[in-house]
Amino acid sequence: MTPLNAPPIDYGAIAPLLIVLGGACVSVLLEAFLPRHQRWPAQVALTVLVVAVAGVTLGVYAGSAPAAGVVTLGSTLAVDMPTLFLWGTLLVLGFGSLLLIADRSVEPGGAFVASAAERLSVGAAPGTTTGATGVDPEHVDRSYGAPGEAPTMQTEVFPFTLFALGGMMAFVAANDLLTMFVALEVLSLPLYLMCGLARRRRLLSQEAAVKYFLLGAFASAFFLYGLALLYGYAGSVRLSAIAEAAVGTDRSDALLFGGLALLVVGLLFKGSVGPFHTWTPDVYQGAPTPVTAFMAACTKVAAFGAIARVLYVAFGSTRWEWRGVLWAVAIASMFIGAVLGLTQTDLKRMIAYSSIAHAGFLLIGTMAITPAGVSSTLFYLLAYGFTTLAVFGVISLVRTADGEATHLSQWAGLAKRSPVLAGVMTFLLLALAGIPLTSGFTAKFAIFAAALSDGMAPLVVIALVASAIAAFFYLRIVVLMYFSEAPENGPTVTVPGAFTTVTITLGVVVTLLLGIVPTLVLDWAGAGGFTG
Amino acid sequence: MTALAPLLFVLPALGALANLLAGRRANAWGHWVGVAAVVASFVVGLLLFFETLGLEPEQRSREVSLFSWISSGTLDVDFGIRLDPLSLTFVLLITGVGSLIHLYSVGYMSHDPGRRRFFAQLNLFVAAMLILVLGNNFVMLYLGWEGVGLASYLLIGFYQDRPSAATAAKKAFLMNRVGDVGLAIAIFLLWLELGTLQYTEVFARIGEVPSGTVLAITILLLLGACGKSGQFPLQSWLPDAMEGPTPVSALIHAATMVTAGVYLIARTNPIYNLTETGRLVVALVGVVTLLIGAIIGCAYDDIKKVLAYSTVSQIGYMILAVGLGPAGYALGIFHLLTHGFFKAGLFLGAGSVMHAMNDDVNMRHFGGLGRRMPITFVTFGLGYLALIGFPFLSGYFSKDAIIEAAFAQEGWQGWVFGGAATLAAGLTAFYMTRLMIMTFFGKERWKELKAPDGQDYHPHESPTTMTVPMIVLAVGSVFGGFTLSAIGLYEWLAPSLGELQELEGGALPHALVPWLVVLFSALGVLVAYLLVGRRPTPVERPERVSLPVQAARRDLYADAVNETLIERPGIWLTRALVFVDNRGVDGLVNGVAAGLGGSSGRLRRLQTGFVRSYALSMLGGSVFVVAALLAVRFA
Repeated sequence: MTPLNAPPIDYGAIAPLLIVLGGACVSVLLEAFLPRHQRWPAQVALTVLVVAVAGVTLGVYAGSAPAAGVVTLGSTLAVDMPTLFLWGTLLVLGFGSLLLIADRSVEPGGAFVASAAERLSVGAAPGTTTGATGVDPEHVDRSYGAPGEAPTMQTEVFPFTLFALGGMMAFVAANDLLTMFVALEVLSLPLYLMCGLARRRRLLSQEAAVKYFLLGAFASAFFLYGLALLYGYAGSVRLSAIAEAAVGTDRSDALLFGGLALLVVGLLFKGSVGPFHTWTPDVYQGAPTPVTAFMAACTKVAAFGAIARVLYVAFGSTRWEWRGVLWAVAIASMFIGAVLGLTQTDLKRMIAYSSIAHAGFLLIGTMAITPAGVSSTLFYLLAYGFTTLAVFGVISLVRTADGEATHLSQWAGLAKRSPVLAGVMTFLLLALAGIPLTSGFTAKFAIFAAALSDGMAPLVVIALVASAIAAFFYLRIVVLMYFSEAPENGPTVTVPGAFTTVTITLGVVVTLLLGIVPTLVLDWAGAGGFTG
Repeated sequence: MTALAPLLFVLPALGALANLLAGRRANAWGHWVGVAAVVASFVVGLLLFFETLGLEPEQRSREVSLFSWISSGTLDVDFGIRLDPLSLTFVLLITGVGSLIHLYSVGYMSHDPGRRRFFAQLNLFVAAMLILVLGNNFVMLYLGWEGVGLASYLLIGFYQDRPSAATAAKKAFLMNRVGDVGLAIAIFLLWLELGTLQYTEVFARIGEVPSGTVLAITILLLLGACGKSGQFPLQSWLPDAMEGPTPVSALIHAATMVTAGVYLIARTNPIYNLTETGRLVVALVGVVTLLIGAIIGCAYDDIKKVLAYSTVSQIGYMILAVGLGPAGYALGIFHLLTHGFFKAGLFLGAGSVMHAMNDDVNMRHFGGLGRRMPITFVTFGLGYLALIGFPFLSGYFSKDAIIEAAFAQEGWQGWVFGGAATLAAGLTAFYMTRLMIMTFFGKERWKELKAPDGQDYHPHESPTTMTVPMIVLAVGSVFGGFTLSAIGLYEWLAPSLGELQELEGGALPHALVPWLVVLFSALGVLVAYLLVGRRPTPVERPERVSLPVQAARRDLYADAVNETLIERPGIWLTRALVFVDNRGVDGLVNGVAAGLGGSSGRLRRLQTGFVRSYALSMLGGSVFVVAALLAVRFA
């Protein structure tokens, strides 16, 4: 029997990942052993600490990291410059999302509760007594806070978030397909659960969770089948081995391209690229808004980080065969997002379609198999993540007695009541539309320039047209806020607590800075390429 | 000295910021901050202008790099300023006319609760417009381009309570987007071909670009110019934009922003110099627009819409001029400057009339106002004379020069361009005389009418803050043309636009052209007098009118054409996509299920909601991806 040799591990390189996953485990323990009323402060302190420490560790490592990157843990993880950038992006965006999740000022007890009956113990807002699940008010579960007292927040969401974050970090660093698949599941399972945690509109939330789970499972199956075909072709699941096999063999390409197609479908699903986008509007609408923010910002980063790595490392040499197909997908995604966004009446659904359109732009960046393509994609992810995080932060503030007011008509005339909020929202929407001096412009500019220099001029023209169409529906919200009469029982704008304020401010400042002085971040994004 | 250059746009930007952030506290003094910011910017502009004037002509084009804006790998964009005669000319026009209009707005908006917001947006506009003309690369240009579009959009919709204002704002935004996409594609094409977007490098190396691409770039730039400047086929937003407050119409939709298209073509003259076909298209667009504007201007009763179509038509002249190439760039800029003065003056006059007439714009309700508001009458009258090209007023110099250059073209072009421009000059005289007669002369029709709010009209002269800018602009309208040609505008602009080519020959002898133009203008005035001045003007608009008038009243069916060609297909596309997204896939499932018979019914009941159709859509996409990839590989 051959002795098992433990593979050498570069702990320094993967420390941030270990810290986040370790923190998640500690978080589970806290959840199990702390008394209920201590959980919220403990969990918030722990998660913030974990993310901060992971971020600092990452920063320290990145300062002295080898430019070529390292492959460690038996070549399952590649910690190269794009990985470090994506990890940084994930940690910062995850930090922002955690603040949104932890905020309890906007709604008593936060956006997460244990059961439908929990809302009754609040005994506050009228209209909430008609619980979606029809629980008898007599049998109220009072275990989570006495009547009249501020309810405690359900805190499982914190370990979920940390696990999802850890999964995402492993996902973008995965150097072989099997690791990638495991990471995909690690990041997806907590997300499915988090979608169903909404405090209000419980049925919608649970339906969203089930839909997301079913379709996610479906997509995972595609991914796994593609993985199997690629293993059959290359005899290895390592990305670089697939690339070598594609150049050096005369085996049937049917396995290679069939595998690629199925693999890419699984990844495109996660990135909510049309026509694999169908879950996005429902889930964005149904999930609690802080979770939607987390998904919109971080899942996008993870998915496109992985797509870029797979296409670049494993399929760079065969790009001329697959590029045409992905062109069609990108065009479909941009137009599905831009055109269907026009007809939406719910703000969260509209932003969901916006994210589908943005996914199309991102796909263009990942198709450019050049250093500029990689760096522009990374930059776009960071820019888009911050903007979208702040957008959802703002959305969570506009409320009626029944919860968030996400119907467009409820946003009419908001500028008169809350000029600051309307101004912030307008700025963020302009960034999503890609107006200069916002990060949205710089990011689009970088991606289009990269695509042009890699011979995709017609696609860039189409993308410009699509972004012009999409600008219109961002504008619809602006028009509504400024130029329409407010409805009779309009929503109120909640004064945000410190956590939400920090997140929104962070999002706005970064959106502005990346529009005016993007060079530093562009340099980071372009510091090095993927390693095999 | 050049270190002062950033102040040009920083000052108005700070003014906007101050007005936005100070909140209600600033209601009492915010507008003065706005005025001061623009005046200060004007002073800086003057300093830079005189400094530049002291330099040798070869040294007058200078670059000020502020910081590296976007820089990564092959991508390198400066946040930099180009100070040259062309940009300084625009700076003086924008801040000079801008200062006057800011001052005027203090009086005009004095009763408006949103005055502070108004000044914030107006300052924002000035800052963006200055960035547009001062940038030393195409990305800065695009930044300013989007910025002025945004400010214009906000200001058109300023009167939030009017649905028509919101619609007009939306229309302006949409049509500008069409143009913006053209501009964006042109910029990316340049980047693709040359790898740089700095003006100096692009213009130095544009010869390396294949001629077909150059033609494409010129056409796309023209599309951008058409959107911003209200040129055919994107002209119909500009008249609707008159929903904004009148100072906005004067500053943005007459004097400055709408001339950005002319600036764009003049600035990129090294590109246009390479392609005769590109220039011809530009000139044709200009000719079509100047005729359309002049024809429609004859039919409207709304004083601001008449002036708006007049603007469309006059910008048509400028576009025609820059389309004539090296023989016309400077002429276009010349007309742009004189037009900036007299058209701003005319709009301010119209605003003064509206101020006096309870915000009524229907000229059929006016009449005999000349006696009531003498200052407005005289200043407006001088602007009118300048516009119709009365000899030795400013329009005479600039417009005649363009018509002469148009006639000087070879072959059919000379006859067509020159003839159309002359004809439009006659039409201009007609509609402006009609406007003058209906507003300032004749019977005082308003005496028998009630204002829309039920009160009597009490026309009165406007306050000093409004009349002073009108007087200054009127003085400019009288002497501007003569002064500019006397001090050598063409030589001043030569470092930016090249030497002005004097053309010989062409369709008509040069000496004849001014006489011809004056003759046509006089005819226009005469016809207007006979048709409008000698007969009482009905208060209600006559509905039984000839076909051409009907067509002109409907903007020559521009909206109908847009609706048929763009709006309806757009709506169909959206509906179709929504249908496929919501029901199409599901319908397919149901169809298949029905085919399978009863068992499917039971199966379907097991499935909840629409997840099945979502999954089917994913499956469809996957099948497509797999099939397409394999097909590409093995086909």
